[in-house]
Amino acid sequence: MKHNGAEITIKLLERQGIRVIAGIPGGSNLPLYHALYHSRIRHILTRHEQAAGFIAQGIARTTLKPAVCFATSGPGATNLLTAIADAKLDSIPLIAITGQVSRGLIGSDAFQEVDTYGMSIPITKHNFLVRSARELFRVVPEAFRIAVSGRPGPVLIDIPKDVQLEEVIFNSWPQPGEKPEPRGIDLRELKQAARMINSSLRPLFYIGGGIIQAGAAPALFKLAHKNSIPVTSTLMGLGAFPGDDPLFLGMLGMHAARYTNLALKEADLLIAFGVRFDDRATGNPAKFCPQAAILHIDIDRAEINKIKKAHFSITADINLACKLLLPYIRRERRAPWLAQINGLKQKFPLRVPAGADQMHPLRLIADVKDMADPDAIITTDVGQHQMWVAQGYCFSRPRSFLTSGGLGTMGFGLPAAIGAALAYPEKQVICFSGDGSLLMNIQELATLADLKPRLKVIVLNNSQLGLVRQQQELFYQGKYIASKFMTSPDFAEIAKNFGIPGIDLRNSRRPLALLRRALKEKGPCLINVPIGQAHNVFPMVAPGGANHEMIGGE
Amino acid sequence: MREANTIIELTVKNHPGAMSHITGLFSRRAFNLEGILCAPLPKGGRSRMYLLVRANGRLEQIVRQLEKLYDVIEVHERPDYDHRLFRKLHELIKMKPEAANGR
Repeated sequence: MKHNGAEITIKLLERQGIRVIAGIPGGSNLPLYHALYHSRIRHILTRHEQAAGFIAQGIARTTLKPAVCFATSGPGATNLLTAIADAKLDSIPLIAITGQVSRGLIGSDAFQEVDTYGMSIPITKHNFLVRSARELFRVVPEAFRIAVSGRPGPVLIDIPKDVQLEEVIFNSWPQPGEKPEPRGIDLRELKQAARMINSSLRPLFYIGGGIIQAGAAPALFKLAHKNSIPVTSTLMGLGAFPGDDPLFLGMLGMHAARYTNLALKEADLLIAFGVRFDDRATGNPAKFCPQAAILHIDIDRAEINKIKKAHFSITADINLACKLLLPYIRRERRAPWLAQINGLKQKFPLRVPAGADQMHPLRLIADVKDMADPDAIITTDVGQHQMWVAQGYCFSRPRSFLTSGGLGTMGFGLPAAIGAALAYPEKQVICFSGDGSLLMNIQELATLADLKPRLKVIVLNNSQLGLVRQQQELFYQGKYIASKFMTSPDFAEIAKNFGIPGIDLRNSRRPLALLRRALKEKGPCLINVPIGQAHNVFPMVAPGGANHEMIGGE
Repeated sequence: MREANTIIELTVKNHPGAMSHITGLFSRRAFNLEGILCAPLPKGGRSRMYLLVRANGRLEQIVRQLEKLYDVIEVHERPDYDHRLFRKLHELIKMKPEAANGR
């Protein structure tokens, strides 16, 4: 066989099972696009490379399989960086393939040349600069293997244009890169972990994105119920445990319900599964779970003892660990502990503020949950609306909630939702956004208009950067700078001008009926929801404060 | 009180980006790096690298982060190694500034 580097790359992607690539062509990746012309892979042309990265993330987050985005050299690659960094912090298997100037021009400050390799080192799990077409046979499958093995993460492949054009004669294709089988777990370690759980009086599960990544939600459910262990989740873990289960305590940390953080203070054993003790979850780590021994199981050994010293830890695939632990865990009812938790729940619930109107975000989000399909996929942007959705939506299925957790990237929501809709065209997809966040990738309404999926964008519009304003109110003596927009666009009209139905609940006498009808529509729709400007996300733990010292929400 | 130094011995894949991956890890995770020695091994496209680092509470974390790097094949803590090579290096560096500042 004789193919050039671009054809080899596309063929290898096909062999990996890739069906969709999001991207934007340019000078240095035109050969790749030329090869794509002859491929059955579907290309989604975005309006900004960052959105191509987030579309791929939307696919990867909902399928747990690697997804691919393309960008050209220079600005194409730099525009991708935010989406790659986002994937790194949330452990998403993203494959970013960038064009690079030809080998002979590298280092000469050529047109649209940047050091993509150098810039992507700190934000990828690994990266490759391909130096010959033949290397692609090793690099492409290896990139896929790296992206999904152990703790998943993004991999970047930078391919110079002349490598894309270089022809190679070869006999056979390499095997696709696959996820390796998880390593076994030492029985003695499992028994030690089980002993800790069985002998504890007030155990609490602290779960995170690792549970979802490993497909461990069913195994975790069995563990928690067998031993009657309450479960709290990070933002990234929402959906891994049923939101309406009596054992579920909601999200912990900075914007947890009061009872959740107070329960953590009472626990005598913290069972940390698939988590990394992020500061938004733990608050001040020294004051986090002061009475609890820590049992930490995670796939990434570097996360063990990084923030909090574990009393016992196992480095393992969390799904395998949950399954193998189950027979060693005693059946328990834990009536006193659950009664104590229920007391806290009743005394310190998550409250919608007194006097809040019908359109208070927490009410509206609960209403949307009631109106939406049970298997709807929800995405958010970043800010107050994100925290309200996390507090109020009641997720029950893994991979049904996509949010930028670690990096906190405004602009994530719309393109990630498009990616989810591409992965699951039959499902309803709802993107909750804010007026600040949506404007950061609003050009993707054009991509949405191209595809017309069953995707609804709900803009909780307060004409400000709400979470910034909230922090200025609480921690900067109410000196508001750069948090309130001087002008606000008409989002419903903007949507219409992109070719998407847009409605505005402003001045509507029956806003909920209007919302219900809009959500039922077959295609896309943008729904602008004006919300009060003074709302705060409560409770709140001051950055660096102890979790049990919460502000507001009483 | 000064923290004692220790040596981490690495076996790494020998390619142009490997050094960036390793030194970048130290800078972005705010690990201290006192010295580096690196030379190619006789065969197999590999290099041996010695890192002189502070032997403090972060050592375990440094080693575990190094182990995650794709280009790093082996990581060993070598508290038993003496620092003579690095001392020679430091002597070399100490000589340099005087020559350079002889303006």
